Amino acid sequence: MTGLLVTGIGVVAPTGIGVEAHWEAMLRGEPAIRPIEGFDPTSYGISLAGQVRDFDVDEHVATQLKVQTDRWTWMSLAAATLAAADARYEQPEDVYATSVFLASGSGGNEFSQHEIQGLWAKGPRSVGAYQSIAWFYAASTGQISIRDGYKGPSGVVVSEGAGGLDSIGWARRVARRGTPAVLVGGTEAGLCPYALLCQATSGRLSTATRPEEAYLPFDRRANGHVVGEGGAILLLEEPGAARARGAEKVWGEVAGYGATHDAHHHEDPAPDATQYARAIRLALADARVSPDEVDLVVADGAGTPELDALELQAIGAVFGDRRTPVPVTAPSSWTGRLMAGGSALAVATALLAARDGIVPGTAFLEQPIEAPGVDLVRDTRVQDVSTVVVLARGAGGFNSALVLRRTPGEART
Amino acid sequence: MSADGRRVVVTGIGVVAPGSMGREGFWDMITAGRTATRRITFFDASRFRSQVAAEVDFDGRLLGLTAQEVHRNDRFVQMAMVAADEAVADSGLPIGSDSPDAPDPDRVGVTLGSAVGATMRLEQEYVSVSDAGRHWLVDPRYASRFLAHALVPSCGATELAVRFGAHGPATVVSTGCTSGIDSIGYGSQLIEDGDADVVVAGASDAPISPISMACFDTIRATTDNNADPEHASKPFDARRNGFVMGEGAAVLILEELEHARRRGAEVYCEVTGYASRCNAFHMTGLKPDGTEMAEAVGQALDQGRIDPSEVGYVNAHGSGTKQNDRHETAAVHKSLGSAADRVAMSSIKSMVGHSLGAIGSIEVAATALAVQRGVLPPTANYEVPDPECDLDYVPKVAREQKVDVAVSVGSGFGGFQSAIVLAAPSRRTE
Repeated sequence: MTGLLVTGIGVVAPTGIGVEAHWEAMLRGEPAIRPIEGFDPTSYGISLAGQVRDFDVDEHVATQLKVQTDRWTWMSLAAATLAAADARYEQPEDVYATSVFLASGSGGNEFSQHEIQGLWAKGPRSVGAYQSIAWFYAASTGQISIRDGYKGPSGVVVSEGAGGLDSIGWARRVARRGTPAVLVGGTEAGLCPYALLCQATSGRLSTATRPEEAYLPFDRRANGHVVGEGGAILLLEEPGAARARGAEKVWGEVAGYGATHDAHHHEDPAPDATQYARAIRLALADARVSPDEVDLVVADGAGTPELDALELQAIGAVFGDRRTPVPVTAPSSWTGRLMAGGSALAVATALLAARDGIVPGTAFLEQPIEAPGVDLVRDTRVQDVSTVVVLARGAGGFNSALVLRRTPGEART
Repeated sequence: MSADGRRVVVTGIGVVAPGSMGREGFWDMITAGRTATRRITFFDASRFRSQVAAEVDFDGRLLGLTAQEVHRNDRFVQMAMVAADEAVADSGLPIGSDSPDAPDPDRVGVTLGSAVGATMRLEQEYVSVSDAGRHWLVDPRYASRFLAHALVPSCGATELAVRFGAHGPATVVSTGCTSGIDSIGYGSQLIEDGDADVVVAGASDAPISPISMACFDTIRATTDNNADPEHASKPFDARRNGFVMGEGAAVLILEELEHARRRGAEVYCEVTGYASRCNAFHMTGLKPDGTEMAEAVGQALDQGRIDPSEVGYVNAHGSGTKQNDRHETAAVHKSLGSAADRVAMSSIKSMVGHSLGAIGSIEVAATALAVQRGVLPPTANYEVPDPECDLDYVPKVAREQKVDVAVSVGSGFGGFQSAIVLAAPSRRTE
């Protein structure tokens, strides 16, 4: 049986607005990690981020909706529109036939900081009427459903950085139970002063001041990550329904998914990569794909020495017996880590790589760490990609893996 | 039930609810018709419109949490941990132990609902780092080491997974006020789909903090009946004027039926269906016709091939706002048809308030206990009928009544409408 098809992609990312703009920036070799604009983060010892700079909210969100919502939701609304446009998807007659099932991470940060500040500085009456609907984790999902009239079983899952992949995993359950189209993925906007401070307390943010020295997954110089914002929303459709409405574009097929939890410690990763490797194996088994058939692994690329080593250990455990080492890249190095939005964007990037037969390299990777059995992709290369595994982890021990196939239902070799 | 016949049963329940201690304290309270609503004690609410809430007298240390667990976790996580401990103990499953009877840890999942996550902790810390809102650029020297843990509510699922060594799929479900039904629904789907045999499923929220109270104040969603807190929550009563904020947690142990049978587990009930729909209408408004909630109820009943006439009890969303009560009453008429005239429906929010995402799981827990024990909790404070709400709301006094099938429904900001169906293990299926 064929899995769900990806028929539309909407991207709002530091690299660009729209799936092609994002891809072109990567092909031009322009990482989007830059000095933070908008406020001075010097006191946190942090100076870089992957901000979405050319996002004109008025171009994407009606004024009435803009004032009710946080930046995170603006980006979700824009990405959902772009995904539907890319798929040429129009609301079908059956209002229950479309679901919105997104991942969320940190909610409406900037809106909320503003309202909490007002509350404590001036009193409860300063809190505006929209706080109750702007900051909670379901705000973007609810607003998309309302704006676009989608009444299917919608949901919101939170698993930090793994969320983008997990929303796809849950969307498959929704589709299995009869809803033919599901918007998945998510965006994140954690670059207001308080949200950035919260993230900084993890001790996992890079304090480097130069982009080429900051977020360096799989590099010997890895010293933490850079926070990014934005993400991607994708339209998944049941193949029969996509065919029936005459969908022209098929980016690929969601062939398999697996998720596990380290269940080791609230903060530290498990010292072995057993559960991470198990997530990958579950996804491959689900897709009926053998490790030899995988052309590319899009890695989580946490950017700390310990987490990077564990990820390569997990990949090595699954793919180590191949005749040729598996190519592994970390495109998050171009944008910073977008939390829930990041793994959704990784899916978009993986499908772009498959479409064009171009594997984007890992930005700024100069001194790759030892990785037996793994072909770390440093420079962008031309290579046929028909089966991709996308990996994501969430702080606390969430491990998720997704198998994508360029051509749906390709026979197993 | 899934295509390959995997069925889901409830084998453990744990509750942290206002005005009571544990599952049995909660059950005694709600079947006695006692209310736990009172004037807010957590902070000085004198400048707020709504000054009442259903608070839990909760001390994580006294309930078995370590000093470090309390230190690093928001109240919502702490309450979830305590409820989960009780649920696991109740199930008799030695989850996470070395016992030969322990389930395969790779096959144990976690689904935890929460509408607002660690808001309370985030607000408290914000007060320090911003010096009570004086500075937009916050001062990192006043920040707790554990703010990253608080920023993203998935910390709650992590804490439960670590606690029980659960290596299966784990997630936090955050669909606003339906989170607690959805988390149990998603947990059931994990089992149906063969991705887990056991799921620690529930929800927790701790929203009695200034920012959460203030944001509902401004839209007048909460009651301003401050003079008489005990009777402030009046679902379906013509005099109701808003919900009473609550807090708490409930966790259920969901188990694949054969897995439970093999170990001779006591079963509260079976989860025979779960469905959710969106109204795509308004973030806070509800159309009075109840169409989408009725659709969710109908779908959830269909999944278990249950006829509306079999439904004996509906655990209502019953928040105590006029628009909800009418919307929901219409939805029950629409989904159950003529059977609505005979069905009993009650709202325990009349007693324990509305704990946002948590309440869905607390209500599913109450519904499971009602099915198991043949007693329906009442709607407290219900005295003056609203002519537009014409169902049997089980006024004030619990009712002894055996029910084979019960439905719990929820409705939330964002337009989410969810329904879950529980059936007695003794119900004849053919």
